[in-house]
Amino acid sequence: MDVLHCLARFGFGVATLVTLAAAVMVVSLRNIFHCALALILVLLGVAATYISLKAEFFAMIQILLYVGAIMTLVIFAIMLTSKIGDTTVPQTNRQSLVSFAILAMFDVFFIGSVIKTSWKVNAVTMAANVDAKVLGMAFMNEYVFPFEIISVVLIVALVGAIILGRSDQ
Amino acid sequence: MSGIPVSYYVIFSGLLFSIGLYGVLVRRHVVGILMSIEIIINAANINLVAFSRYVAAKPEAGQVFAAFVIVLAASAAAVGLAIVLSVYRNRKTIYTDEINLLKW
Repeated sequence: MDVLHCLARFGFGVATLVTLAAAVMVVSLRNIFHCALALILVLLGVAATYISLKAEFFAMIQILLYVGAIMTLVIFAIMLTSKIGDTTVPQTNRQSLVSFAILAMFDVFFIGSVIKTSWKVNAVTMAANVDAKVLGMAFMNEYVFPFEIISVVLIVALVGAIILGRSDQ
Repeated sequence: MSGIPVSYYVIFSGLLFSIGLYGVLVRRHVVGILMSIEIIINAANINLVAFSRYVAAKPEAGQVFAAFVIVLAASAAAVGLAIVLSVYRNRKTIYTDEINLLKW
């Protein structure tokens, strides 16, 4: 049991490092198609993080919706627009050094303040098991009004995307 | 997996957020900017799910809101990529500094 626990923590640490490395690849690679493939790795790593937080159903939603649907859309857009083989075009603008310095400073202060804070832990939510049934009950009882609103938002956005994306014949 | 402190997740999502913000600030490719926005949204979602497990009043609240965030991200990606296609069809470019219709 203890060995399994250590192994799980080690695996989660590796998943975290892989996710961060893939995120750096997304923002720094020159070929935009390779960036999309690295983004798939980031999304899978985030799904692994959800599993470590005992949100297995949510991890499945993440893989189905992000890796399955949104990434297909992004790769379609890349295929339809850019010339992938062209590596002579610069991929970043001239603010990269300034942005990097400011964000590194932000990270240093952020990590320092997070480490100094003492986080409280709620034992009730730690022991709770949030599966698909609990989530469905929450959607249909307490959050039914935002659920309906979000459905309307999604259908309006998709119809608008179709109208924007169609070609004028 | 209850031995991991919540600060670990907060630091992880903070790093992911700053990497995504770097991408939004420096990328020239529009689809690259949209992908960096997806990274930022995922960082926010990690925070929601982590805090709903560790400190929330109800265990499912954070996951419900994270599901709403995923739906909004999906609609944002659909509309954004449709705009990208439309701009590419009209201007034949995909780089942000060459799309300067609204700039005088």
